[in-house]
Amino acid sequence: MTIFAGTAGPGCTISNLVTSEAKVSGLCTAKGSLSIPVEYRSIAPVLILGVAALVLLVLSATLPKRRYPGLWAGLTALAGIATTVDGIVQWANLDNPANTALTVGGQVLYDHFSAFFAILFGCATTLGAAISDSYLSREALDGPEPYVLMLACSAGAVLMAEAAGLITLFLGLEVLSISLYTMTAYHRRRAASGEAGLKYFILGSFSSAVFIYGAALVYGATGSTQYFEIFQFLTGTVVVHDGVLLAGMALLVAGLGFKVAAVPFHFWAPDVYQGAPTPFVGYMAAVAKAAGFAGLLRALMLALPTQVSSWRPAIWVLAVASVLVGSVMALVQADLKRLLAYSSISQAGYVLIGLQAGTQAGWSAASFYLFTYLFMVVGTFAVVGLTQGRGEVRNDLGSIRGLGQRNPWLAGGMLVLLLAQAGVPLTSGFLGKWLVISAVIGKGQYELALIGMVGAAIAAFAYLRVALLMYVPAAPTPARPGQPRGEGGGEPAVAPTGPGAPSGLAEVAGDLEALATAGLGATATAVALRAPSTARLRVPRATAAAIAVCVAFTVFAGVSTPVLSLAHSIGLTWSL
Amino acid sequence: MTVPGPWYLVLAACLFGIGGAGVLVRRNILVMYMCIELMLNGVNLTFVTFSRMLDDLGGQASVFFVLVVAAAEVVVGLGIIVAIYRRRTGATADDVSSLKG
Repeated sequence: MTIFAGTAGPGCTISNLVTSEAKVSGLCTAKGSLSIPVEYRSIAPVLILGVAALVLLVLSATLPKRRYPGLWAGLTALAGIATTVDGIVQWANLDNPANTALTVGGQVLYDHFSAFFAILFGCATTLGAAISDSYLSREALDGPEPYVLMLACSAGAVLMAEAAGLITLFLGLEVLSISLYTMTAYHRRRAASGEAGLKYFILGSFSSAVFIYGAALVYGATGSTQYFEIFQFLTGTVVVHDGVLLAGMALLVAGLGFKVAAVPFHFWAPDVYQGAPTPFVGYMAAVAKAAGFAGLLRALMLALPTQVSSWRPAIWVLAVASVLVGSVMALVQADLKRLLAYSSISQAGYVLIGLQAGTQAGWSAASFYLFTYLFMVVGTFAVVGLTQGRGEVRNDLGSIRGLGQRNPWLAGGMLVLLLAQAGVPLTSGFLGKWLVISAVIGKGQYELALIGMVGAAIAAFAYLRVALLMYVPAAPTPARPGQPRGEGGGEPAVAPTGPGAPSGLAEVAGDLEALATAGLGATATAVALRAPSTARLRVPRATAAAIAVCVAFTVFAGVSTPVLSLAHSIGLTWSL
Repeated sequence: MTVPGPWYLVLAACLFGIGGAGVLVRRNILVMYMCIELMLNGVNLTFVTFSRMLDDLGGQASVFFVLVVAAAEVVVGLGIIVAIYRRRTGATADDVSSLKG
């Protein structure tokens, strides 16, 4: 059983990694001199993001006190781009397998997986800064602080992806989480934001405590918190009384399950998504999920692959519950942000499906899924942030009604992102779902593949409801579903499938409306039908660019293979 | 007389359990927060005990990281709590319930 298969170069076998460098974690050599081998290019992404956060803080303290529109977001985006570029350089550097290393006192892994996630978090920081700028100035919240938190959060996320042990993973997790608690509570004048921050903080700290207790129990059972040492112990020893180890693994999975919002650890997600500032929600949904899964993938596949028969059933249950509960609950939500929260719970279920396969295919499918989901979710929340209006007055489904008239380009982009999340072919969402489902079919788990497809079909209805509402005319007065209306049907936003006459168009609009609100309760229907203003929606330039990038990537990754082969070659480094 | 290691582990598990139950049951946010600290201290005791039983310093080093993280959480957590209760009167979790659905 090898961990680094296909990389026959020196320094890449697990025994080399453990004996030559991990044992140095005692820090002192025989002569008593302190020497820790540090591969600086391995921690370059963390350094870039951390230094950028400090630079922002210093600048904000030294520059004269006035507004600098775009400066903070620009610097943050620059740091994000630098991280992405550094990730790509790392990737190229790692094509020579001899460069794969366990470094910084055995605490950091330098491999394709780290580089892949550095690219991911770099993109997330850039896009997150781009969509936050206009929101923060609209809400009169602008300043360097949210960007400092965003950079710190990304640094923690990168650290989680490259951690080589549970303690480093815990540190990354906490840097990420503490930044996110503050970002969630950042909208001072909106009570819902503070409430969301408080809920996230209490439940997040609780889950962190659960996670670290799990790490303590695994440490007690195996004698180490380092992945490779745990792995070595478990391959060399048959654990007879494995109660402590099993409890530790269960608590680890539960703690990280909270972070990625997997059912039944999802209760915080809808409230936090609803209350937090909208662009931060997009960033959080992408980064917290990707980082949590990166940690979970590493811990389960590197440290505990020998216990796969113990953790696979647990992940199976989490995956099925997340897919089904997330999809079904998304159907009955009248609040757009809550709907997207449940949808992201169901998306987490698909990553879990890939993870529980426990194979190379599942590993690369999960990575690909996380990477493409980043662009979908950031773009979607950027659009929601625009339609909700100043002060986040409208988050209900009706706020997106008539978007096809108000701004056809924005509606078109949103349509692509929604279809991608629903898993429609020619988008990256389809490819991601196809990869995870083929990974479990490769393991012969047809029942799980079936559940995944049923869940996707259920969730598709929730996405199509939003998509339909975008093209229902934003009539000034709500009409009862199904009843033809006198006005509002004349605009060409409705698909030209009606009988042809203007009254026919109005009927189509009514039918569309009835379809879009089917299954919602009476009050929810009334809310969903409340029309927003019909004025043309202006899109700030940075946000428009970010949404365009998200849409373009979603289509690009769905019809071509570069990202797929990138994700696939992560899988090639690992085998079980 | 020496106290055997497993007793400490049981004590730590009890601390963790009491803390966990407190977070779920108590309704005062500050008390809930103290319960989370209790859970973390249960973890610390577990680390130290295993460290002693395994004769390995790694566990004791881990305790420092947990302590530092707990301190950082206090700072941010109390900041959020204060920010919320500037506009309210008491620190009861049940009053903070406008988000639901």
